[in-house]
Amino acid sequence: MTKTPIITAKNLSVGYDDFLLMKNISFEINKGDIFIIMGGSGCGKSSLLKVMTGLVPAKGGHVYIEGKNFTNATVSEQNEIMKKCGILYQSGALFSSMTLAENIALPLQQYTHYSAQTIRELVSLKLALVGLKGFEDFYPAEISGGMKKRAGLARALALDPEIVYFDEPSAGLDPVSSKLLDDLILDINQSLGTTIVIVTHELSSIFAIGNNSIFLDGATKSIGARGNPKDLLKNPPSEVVKQFLTRGESK
Amino acid sequence: MSLSYHITDKTLSLTVSGDYIDYDNEAEKSALNEALSHKLSHITIDAQALKKWDSTLVVILFNIMQVANRKKIKVSLSHFPKGLERLLNLAMTVDRKPDKSAFIQQPVLERLGQWGIGVYTATGKGLSFIGQTFRSIGRLIMGKAIMRKVDFLFALQDCSWKAIPIVSLISFMVGLILAFVGAVQLKLFGAQIYVASLVTIAMTRIMGAIMIGIIMAGRTGASYAATIGTMQVNEEVDALKTMGIPTTDFLVLPRFLALVLTMPFLTMWADFMGMIGGGTVSILMLDIVPQEYIRYSVNAFGLDNFLVGIFHGLVFGCVIALCGCYYGVNCGRNADSVGVATTKAVVSAIVWMIVMTGLITLACEVIGV
Ligand SMILES: Nc1ncnc2c1ncn2[C@@H]1O[C@H](COP(=O)(O)OP(=O)(O)O)[C@@H](O)[C@H]1O
Ligand SMILES: [Mg+2]
Repeated sequence: MTKTPIITAKNLSVGYDDFLLMKNISFEINKGDIFIIMGGSGCGKSSLLKVMTGLVPAKGGHVYIEGKNFTNATVSEQNEIMKKCGILYQSGALFSSMTLAENIALPLQQYTHYSAQTIRELVSLKLALVGLKGFEDFYPAEISGGMKKRAGLARALALDPEIVYFDEPSAGLDPVSSKLLDDLILDINQSLGTTIVIVTHELSSIFAIGNNSIFLDGATKSIGARGNPKDLLKNPPSEVVKQFLTRGESK
Repeated sequence: MSLSYHITDKTLSLTVSGDYIDYDNEAEKSALNEALSHKLSHITIDAQALKKWDSTLVVILFNIMQVANRKKIKVSLSHFPKGLERLLNLAMTVDRKPDKSAFIQQPVLERLGQWGIGVYTATGKGLSFIGQTFRSIGRLIMGKAIMRKVDFLFALQDCSWKAIPIVSLISFMVGLILAFVGAVQLKLFGAQIYVASLVTIAMTRIMGAIMIGIIMAGRTGASYAATIGTMQVNEEVDALKTMGIPTTDFLVLPRFLALVLTMPFLTMWADFMGMIGGGTVSILMLDIVPQEYIRYSVNAFGLDNFLVGIFHGLVFGCVIALCGCYYGVNCGRNADSVGVATTKAVVSAIVWMIVMTGLITLACEVIGV
């Protein structure tokens, strides 16, 4: 199977007002991949994700999504592109004044012309997909952290996105819930062919589901390694990467 | 893209072919549902000619699977794309069913009883909150309360000079209005000079305190409820409790003290600004000489009225701070609840201020002030 890139970053620089976090990094994410963005805390993983989703402007360089220049696009063009992308935020970011069903229905009502009945059925389907069948009328405050993440994923999947971004999906979850979420991500990826981009430093997830990755090196503000995480573990290109992938235990 | 099916011998055979993108055909879907309600023993779905599909197709298949599951009908899928079959299996994985009690319509008497119990417990909660606050003050006097001085100073700053501009403006306007309305009547008797007495007595006795009360309820009481409510939402209040720090000490006390200390002074300031407002109207529009206005004002000024006004201010300070903090601490857990808490804080503060005014007036009547 030939791989076609769906997201391309070219000479991308990421930073805030007066400091740079990443300088001139380039990478490609292939369609259907589970792509991991890893690196130590504070190296700028979340910031990179925000640049890729248009929440923070790039300090330089470009991001192309399906061949379209995303960084140079106008806000309405960006919205058009982002319709194909779902995002799962660290805490789920569900609207707390709405039930789960209303949360998931929101993007559908906004972007489609489906009948109310179809929307209701789609909401039930998405909830069933993430294992929350029957939780339609629950408020976010009434469910656990792991369930909130899954509900957030259901909302991210509402519009059948081609790309789903995750920021630290396993943060704050117990190992079992975290494993369940990993399995779910894998299921979604394999059944829908959705491209998945995950920011994480959770080693078990990285090895379990990632099939491509970049390692952000905060010290050099560049990509310290790239490739399948399992291969990187076998042949670490540098000491930093080795330390990271072995939790610093391979002295 | 269409759903074509036929039923032979209790077997429903469905063929999906072509593209199913944004499929939303109500008529076809309800026809299918109708077909599903027949007595069936087997459903076959063939997807050999299926090309593109999205969730709108999955929903239809999911509904069929659910009906089949419920009625114990056998389903066979043939030529399904691997992803689609996997997705259906994922959706059909049975989960723990949530047990949320359904809403039950209760008889009127029962609801009345529950309302009564609600009022009773709320009263208890309110009184115990007041009790805790005063115990915190006791602890403060004993030097045992855990209150950060910075919090107190911040609150103090907020209810003192930061409140002055709005307080000045409103009181000035109230004095102006009082003088204006009074003058229209007093002019009929040629007694417009008594505008000075009217404004002085009205402002010092009650209007100053009431206006300050309303301003501070909307300004400071609301902000107390919102701040503490947000802390409740962020589980900061829980963190305090588990550290063994009484919330009344840490959160309520600085705010309560700040407001109670500043309210009397704000009331005095409002009295003063009101008189200036009244004077402005009298001098500019009623042609009263400034010296005369001042002389009549001073004559009308009674220490008892003034002190009753200040006392009102003090009581209102307690009421506003208690209402604001109470609804903040008892705020719910979602973003909505902060808004609800703020509204309740302001409304209840105003209601209780009116009630307290009534009580104080009655008490003054009895002791003859
Ligand atoms: N909105 C912002 N404005 C300024 N600096 C920020 C902002 N967001 C994050 N930072 C800084 O950028 C750095 C990287 O943050 P982040 O991308 O969240 O790291 P990571 O997700 O890799 O842990 C941190 O030092 C952080 O303080
Ligand atoms: Mg982060």
